[in-house]
Amino acid sequence: MGFLDTILGRTKPAQPNLDELFSLPTAAITLEASMNLVPTGTGSVCFRAAEGKAFSDIEKDVRELLSMGSGTASVEVSTDSYGFTWLTCQHARDDFEALVTDLHAVNSSLQDGGFGPQLLCTLVSFTSDTVHRLGIVYLYKRGTFYPFVPKSGEQRDNAVELQVRGAVGADLKVEPDLTRWFAVWGAPGL
Amino acid sequence: MAKTRYAPDRGLTARMTLTMFLLGVVFVAFITALVLILGATNRVSSGGIVFIAVLVGLALTVGSFWYSDKIALSTARAVVVGPQDSPGAARLHGIVDRLVALANMPKPRLAIAPSPMLNAFATGRNEKTSVLVVTTGLLNNPSLDDRELEAILAHELSHVAHKDVAVMTIASFLGIIAGLLVRFAFYSELFGGGGRSNNSNNNGGALPVVLIVLVVGIVTYAVSFLLIRLLSRYRELAADRAGALLTGQPSALASALQKVSGSMQGIPNKDLRTAEPLNAFYFVPAFKAGGKGVSLNGLFSTHPSLERRLRQLSEISEQLSR
Repeated sequence: MGFLDTILGRTKPAQPNLDELFSLPTAAITLEASMNLVPTGTGSVCFRAAEGKAFSDIEKDVRELLSMGSGTASVEVSTDSYGFTWLTCQHARDDFEALVTDLHAVNSSLQDGGFGPQLLCTLVSFTSDTVHRLGIVYLYKRGTFYPFVPKSGEQRDNAVELQVRGAVGADLKVEPDLTRWFAVWGAPGL
Repeated sequence: MAKTRYAPDRGLTARMTLTMFLLGVVFVAFITALVLILGATNRVSSGGIVFIAVLVGLALTVGSFWYSDKIALSTARAVVVGPQDSPGAARLHGIVDRLVALANMPKPRLAIAPSPMLNAFATGRNEKTSVLVVTTGLLNNPSLDDRELEAILAHELSHVAHKDVAVMTIASFLGIIAGLLVRFAFYSELFGGGGRSNNSNNNGGALPVVLIVLVVGIVTYAVSFLLIRLLSRYRELAADRAGALLTGQPSALASALQKVSGSMQGIPNKDLRTAEPLNAFYFVPAFKAGGKGVSLNGLFSTHPSLERRLRQLSEISEQLSR
């Protein structure tokens, strides 16, 4: 964002970066090898629905696209308490790459329709015997990932989160600014 | 290539640029006039007045800019809150967390001000010190839903992204100096003139220098005042626009504006007076100057009229559904 844009108050909506998403399958292998964390097969895309017909048309297309897709067990749509929409895809546990491809299809449909700035984050979940739930959150606007490990009562297990950061640091671009690791309490699919 | 739905408002940009340019012109004209006046005479006293005015003006501007967050927080008696402090704070943090991730900007500090008014403002000299303040009235109001609160917060975050505190401080600098100059010149005429023998000052053919400085100062102050208010209104429109595009919900902002401005009437006097200094940063001004004469009111106000803001938002809404 240029100096002039700031001074003239014409900041543009931030565009998402979709390509980094495909480094997730490698990171999944690393997570299993180093921390025994396996994908649950659930992933979700979170976006802020814009008002108007154009957006609802695209949203409808995306749902149809996903339900027609190969091997997708189910697609669920939910709205969280902040008014953000979550599209949750459930795949077989061992078909992680298909899940990532589906998530990417949602993103690119929204972006092609001109609603890229509405994308907030994508979340894929992992589990192990010791860590009940781990979410790897992808921030579209930053092009970075961060781990999110919820404990009971809206507390985060920061120790595990930092451990995950160390484990996947070589495979994923982890968000360096810890203040941007925002909590996604009650995210569908987590 | 993916298409973009973002269309910059060229008219608004052009008007804003012109306003800033005119402010620059007034500034240059003001300085030139002072140099000419002081150069033509060799009066030490008027030179001293100008020097002191510039110095005090600079100190005031830099001080109010540097401590803008602290001044505003203590004026509004607002307290910076963390996400775990209260259910209201948790809700506020949750909404802002998502908005800053959408906008890809650093998260400002959040503060809550104990006030029954429905209002919010953003302040701070840079991204690190910026604070977003929300009144308890706004946070606890049952008639405002989450979408409307989100729209208001998105508007305030746009002020932070546009560095409006810095821009308006620099713009106000000229007005502050001109205002101080008028005041100093007036006092020096009153007291300094009275101390001298009574035939030296007013009898000669030339006007007293202090009087000329006074007139130049008044004219500069008046013109820059109008331009600053104009700039403030344009920046409000720009923040409305950026905020509405951020959430993709211009209508939520429109309904929030309607609710908030409707509630601004009939507020106790005491609150109105304590709220007045923060007016320029408020979402909707709490204190309306004058009250008679629609056009004059529009000329002096820090915020555009409700109709103007709603018109822009419905244009954006139409643009989004295309």
